[in-house]
Amino acid sequence: MLKFIVKRLFWMIPSLFAVSFLAFVLIQLPPGDFVTTYIATLASSNEVVDQNTAAQLRERFGLDQPMLVQYLKWVWGIVTHGDFGISFEWQQPVSGLIWERMALTLVLALASLIATWALALPIGVYSAVKKYSIGDYAFTAFTFFGLSIPSFLLALVLMYVAAVEFGQDVGGLFSSQYETAPWSIGKMYDLLTHLWLPVAILAVSSTASLIRVMRANMLDELPKPYVTTARAKGLSEFRLLVKYPLRIALNPFISTIAWLLPNLISGSVVVAIVLNLPTAAPLLLQSLMAQDMYLAGAFVLLICALTLIGSLISDILLALVDPRIRLE
Amino acid sequence: MTDILSIAPRPAMTTNKPLLEVRNLVTEFPLRTGIFRAVDDLSFSIEQGKTLCVVGESGSGKSVTARSILQIIDSPGRIASGSILLHQPDGTSLDLAKLDPRGRAIRSVRGRDIAMIFQEPMSSLSPVHTVGDQITEALRLHLKMSKAEARTEAISLLRQVEIPNPEKAIDRYAFQYSGGMRQRAMIAMALACKPQLLIADEPTTALDVTTQAEILDLISRLQKAHGMAVLFITHDMGVVAQIADDVLVMHHGVAKEYGPVEQIFHSPQDPYTRMLIGSVLKLEQKAEIRLARPPLDTTAAPLLEIRNLSMHFGEMKALDDVSISLLPGETLGIVGESGSGKTTMGRSIMRLYDPTAGEMHYRRADGTVMDLAKIGGGELKAARRELRMVFQDPFGSLNPRMTVSQVIGEPLLVNGIARGKALDERVCHLMEQVGLDPSTRERYPHAFSGGQRQRIGIARAITLNPRIIVADEATSALDVSVRFQVLDLLMRLQDELGLAYIFISHDIGVIRYMCDRVGVMYRGKLVEVGEADKVCNAPDHPYTQALISAIPRPDPRDRDHSRRFRYTEPSAAKNGSSAR
Repeated sequence: MLKFIVKRLFWMIPSLFAVSFLAFVLIQLPPGDFVTTYIATLASSNEVVDQNTAAQLRERFGLDQPMLVQYLKWVWGIVTHGDFGISFEWQQPVSGLIWERMALTLVLALASLIATWALALPIGVYSAVKKYSIGDYAFTAFTFFGLSIPSFLLALVLMYVAAVEFGQDVGGLFSSQYETAPWSIGKMYDLLTHLWLPVAILAVSSTASLIRVMRANMLDELPKPYVTTARAKGLSEFRLLVKYPLRIALNPFISTIAWLLPNLISGSVVVAIVLNLPTAAPLLLQSLMAQDMYLAGAFVLLICALTLIGSLISDILLALVDPRIRLE
Repeated sequence: MTDILSIAPRPAMTTNKPLLEVRNLVTEFPLRTGIFRAVDDLSFSIEQGKTLCVVGESGSGKSVTARSILQIIDSPGRIASGSILLHQPDGTSLDLAKLDPRGRAIRSVRGRDIAMIFQEPMSSLSPVHTVGDQITEALRLHLKMSKAEARTEAISLLRQVEIPNPEKAIDRYAFQYSGGMRQRAMIAMALACKPQLLIADEPTTALDVTTQAEILDLISRLQKAHGMAVLFITHDMGVVAQIADDVLVMHHGVAKEYGPVEQIFHSPQDPYTRMLIGSVLKLEQKAEIRLARPPLDTTAAPLLEIRNLSMHFGEMKALDDVSISLLPGETLGIVGESGSGKTTMGRSIMRLYDPTAGEMHYRRADGTVMDLAKIGGGELKAARRELRMVFQDPFGSLNPRMTVSQVIGEPLLVNGIARGKALDERVCHLMEQVGLDPSTRERYPHAFSGGQRQRIGIARAITLNPRIIVADEATSALDVSVRFQVLDLLMRLQDELGLAYIFISHDIGVIRYMCDRVGVMYRGKLVEVGEADKVCNAPDHPYTQALISAIPRPDPRDRDHSRRFRYTEPSAAKNGSSAR
């Protein structure tokens, strides 16, 4: 087991290099660079930048050097002293920018994950056990709605309802007075009052799909002979349900951890923009549009690292919970 | 550590009531098209310490009967009427049929008073819980034992069902056990609370004959040791003859005959029982069709000659230096237990596998000889037209999305031999040949019974006028009454078309009925080849002798277990590289 983990960790290194290089190249592929975008932005507000200033800017950012040199410099900075470079657009270190956003992203993602699992798993089990009952049909109807409504639309509608009907302050995660304030009890409470809307919106579609998956998993397991064996032993329905079929039906969810982690950053971009949430996703989009390559590169690298770590974690967990994988 | 054998005997019955009395039981399954009665007005009783065998072919309702007793019928089945009286030692009676299937009352009966074991021990045990966990569960639930007590008891139980090294085995998982050990673990689990009645639903069907014999011995020993009654469900009349006190014969949910085992086998009253016993006894001797045939021309040049064939899957030697030949018009049986390499042999001959080493010389109709192990491309394609296969599973081997006429006609179409009206005529003719009604040719396989599907498979195999047919357990999935009909069909086709068969089976009865010569396989090696009569009645090799001795004879008067023994490989061979 330990050997397996070490081997996997070792293989992550070349994967990360390959992905970071690819990401770097891809970000540079579109014609122009950050300076071009910057000039274009200035031009739209009637400021003219002459060629000299542009060349100076390029020199300052190191954009005049060949791509490979830029890449190696960037990677060298990361490897030697954890320096991910400076964001051109924000004129701040990339790492600071990202970490600032990651905390809130994490809060939001975890909250919606917990809401999703807490709702979807019991409902999925109920739907499977009471197949074709009125309750099952009701939840099935809900899941089809949840799956078919785009979440940004739901966001717009809920924002409208909350703002117009209930006079709630929607959008963002904080009220204006707390936006830049240091952390306090009041700010925490303010966060909670703002959090429910994005969490609800994000949870609806994922809950819907998770209910379907859980229901199908359970329906696969319920008619298995080992369930009958447990029943013939005299276990109560609830106990045997939790101990046997549910335990096995949950295994596929462990595999989903592999893409849960990268979803922290890249998931729910549209909702985050619609709701004006200070999470990582809008920053990522902005950095790509502005060709802010160190920021974008760091994001891509982070997503990649999270994917690799996520799949390692899910593999380890799967081996832990399923002896068939561990021992065969 | 308590022991099943030393446990104090239960208080003697105050009355002479039977342990379990089933009266006018009706179990129904509401379906879209109406109500299906799986069990119809069934009455029987089980005496303490006795064995009642419920026999019947697939779909007879025997499993549903067993599950009705514990109220664990698969949804949407339910008991519609009737009573299931459990007479308890204290003189009270409990009607199990009236209890709520999810209620506390029936749950305290399950596993404590009545325990059950199932057909497929692998899937009947949870794949992610240790065997020990699953055994201790019942102890903790019904006997309120502490964790440590339950563990000690479980180890003792495993020891009693003869699982080697029970202290270690308790923490292992079902998939780490062999088939026989899994069923032993299931038995240990069922016996944990010393039930008064053990319901065994085809517990040995998935096992090899030698393992089956050991499991049957184990059950009967434990049964004697603490006066437990057994309700044994099976389709195997041989097993019934060996273990039953009373027999209940079921057909389409109705009891056809119910009486002592002696009466069922030696003076059956009901025509269905007579047919069932008759079809079993039929497999005890040579087929009539074969008796009427002239003796086989043993001087003819062999149609297929296999020399030193080996097939390795990594370290595993599935086939190890096998040599055998097949004469024209001959039926060659290949017999062996699971894992002996008999299926690998059939597939290697068909070149579904590429053999690791060896030669397979096939003599074509024009006298030329080709090595099936070496050829490829067009030559292999041509050879495969003359070598066809019939598979074991009549359900899995037919594409459910193709009509019967498409299934049978496909080889003709693929090889560009016939199409359109000509194809249709050929298909109709083939269906008549295998005894199917051609007017059903536009139906899909699901509309046919197991026996009919196997006929479809046979029709597909003979479409291209092959010369050799490899039949891999072609009748194992079929009920006995259907089994010999399919065997007779195969022999009739052999006479009509001049076929040679390689007939792979684990069932000695089928081999005896059908085959001219038999090869016995053991761990990839061919240990004995000879005339079918000789191998089945007076085998030379000790392994074959052990195998034959383990087969339950379908005669309750012949219950001598002392001649049965298990073959252990001589240690010299075990150390040799070829053993595994």
